[in-house]
Amino acid sequence: MNQAAKIENRKRYGRRSFVKKLLFAVASLLVPRFLAASDKLKEAPVWILAGAYNPNEHYWGMGIDISKCIGCGRCVEACKVENQVPRDPFFFRTWVERYRIMEGGEVAVDSPNGAIKSFGNDREEKDIVRSFFVPKLCNHCDTPPCVQVCPVGATFKSPDGVILVDAEYCIGCRYCIQACPYGARFLHPETRTAEKCTFCYHRISKGLAPACVEACPTQARVFGELRKKASPLQRFLRMNKVGILKPSLNTEPKVYYADLDMEVN
Amino acid sequence: MESVVEHLLPRLKEITGFIYPNEIELHWSILVVVYPYITGLVAGAFILASLVKVFKVKEVQPTYRLSLLTALAFLLVAPLPLLAHLGHPEKSFEIFLTPNKQSAMAMFGFVYAWYLMAVLLLEIWFDYRRDIILWAQEETGPRKWLHKVLSLFSSDISERAVRFDRKAVQAVTIIGIPSAFLLHGYVGFIFGSVKANPWWSSVLMPIVFLFSAIVSGIALVLLIYMIATPMRSKQIDMDCLDKLAGFLFYAMIVDFSLETLDFIHRIYESEESIEILSELVSGKLFVSLVVIQLLIGMIVPLVAIALVKLFRTPAELRRLLYFVSALLVQVGIFSTRWNVVIGGQLFSKSLRGLTAYKMSIVGVEGLLVSIAILVLPFLILLALFKILPPWKEARHEFGPPTGSG
Repeated sequence: MNQAAKIENRKRYGRRSFVKKLLFAVASLLVPRFLAASDKLKEAPVWILAGAYNPNEHYWGMGIDISKCIGCGRCVEACKVENQVPRDPFFFRTWVERYRIMEGGEVAVDSPNGAIKSFGNDREEKDIVRSFFVPKLCNHCDTPPCVQVCPVGATFKSPDGVILVDAEYCIGCRYCIQACPYGARFLHPETRTAEKCTFCYHRISKGLAPACVEACPTQARVFGELRKKASPLQRFLRMNKVGILKPSLNTEPKVYYADLDMEVN
Repeated sequence: MESVVEHLLPRLKEITGFIYPNEIELHWSILVVVYPYITGLVAGAFILASLVKVFKVKEVQPTYRLSLLTALAFLLVAPLPLLAHLGHPEKSFEIFLTPNKQSAMAMFGFVYAWYLMAVLLLEIWFDYRRDIILWAQEETGPRKWLHKVLSLFSSDISERAVRFDRKAVQAVTIIGIPSAFLLHGYVGFIFGSVKANPWWSSVLMPIVFLFSAIVSGIALVLLIYMIATPMRSKQIDMDCLDKLAGFLFYAMIVDFSLETLDFIHRIYESEESIEILSELVSGKLFVSLVVIQLLIGMIVPLVAIALVKLFRTPAELRRLLYFVSALLVQVGIFSTRWNVVIGGQLFSKSLRGLTAYKMSIVGVEGLLVSIAILVLPFLILLALFKILPPWKEARHEFGPPTGSG
């Protein structure tokens, strides 16, 4: 081996370079690996594209026409079946509330078992001034407080505006459940991770409508694109006077209600 | 799964008004009450220790090392209730590996590690270093080695080295005060920043947490001092005790004022949530909030200490009143944590109804586990007393080592 090769060799494998590399390697351990689920998501389009769905090309929302809802609870049932939501009356991705404004101003609100079997009648009809049904679900807020508080980034906003939970990351701390102003989240009793409405992500990414929308007999629920003019949701927003839930909290919900009453919160 | 459902079914009957269907399960249980209670004690005990070093309050010197060890014992236990409460404790390390930078809770690991490593252990080490070396010199067998390891095999007890130790303690304490504020203020922020919950969402929350922490920490050290001293057949230093009670009194006055301010502010503003919150306070929270937290945990001890301060009272009676007051304060502060954590989940975010919480006795999130978690720091403290005796007589005065250990 000649002198130059020896020096080159030492440069590459010598003690000095070994110590240097060791230092770098050890130092790299100290750099926190800020790789959250939401970062991982940047790779998502690649594997989703393989299924011909590009989340960057969509922005989803839902419109709910309160005057059309008859409180049959078919959406609740459809959701439970489609998403294997536990059947017990404590776990709902969507539910329907009934508001009855009584003579004298009392407001009676109920949602027995999420209205999965619709509603019974326990009040004198003549005492009811006005009544209506309000289907509820995750509002897929544009500034979601649940995403903000998740310590591990397990819940995140997908590029198409849908708020999702990565059950593999979720540690079950339930901070997101506390942070949701709408009571839209629950802890799955078996997986012990946070659960919520996904707009039936497995369906919408195949071009289908969410199960609740599909099941609604009166088309009270309208699902669609928020950023494309020729979408049924855009038409819904043009044709109706719409409101959102708890606007004062500035969560910017993407579920819009037509004919929203001031009693609803 | 069965157990969750079985636990929830009877709750259905206890609901008043309307709640969202997912709200029947109360998510943060007694364990999450224990957690801020413990971190509060840590922060409070540390701030008491700082009084000696930073503000040079000579009278409370006998409790200096005691406070540090108390803070350490409780800090070591602090993550346990959180861990036990997680749905997936085995994934908890994700908080360190993939923290969400926007999340207050994600900062827990960093705040905790900082406080444990950069503040508490450092201060204790520098403060004890000379003593540990001297103890190791006198001892034999495993104790010798234990102390050798604890001193990190340092052996320099020259005047220069000891002077450096003292400077280091001073520096760490100065960093430590804001860190203690951070540790517990941060816990308050976890609740105070939840805008969805009107009972929690308040900018005062971290500050109220902080002062109640100082109150509980001082009261705890006072209790431990009053129990440990006679048990070692030593005389209680009344000057120290009077001073501790004095600090306790002033901290309680601040805490009381802050809580009153919060209360008045809420009533005066009378936001949307006022109706349901009044229903909560006058109903399900009446006993724990008005009777235990306010009356028994705050007003009675305040009056008791005030009377002692106003009138000349014999030492015997003072001791009794201080002891009972400190005990009541502990009950009161625990109740404070309860009222925040559990109280904040007893009303529906629809603001139309109240739910119920039934503490389970057995099970991970039950009473027995909570009691065990609360007893554990005292056991750790006993062990620490053996390894690092905080008592004056164990201390080596300057000059040649004397025989005690």
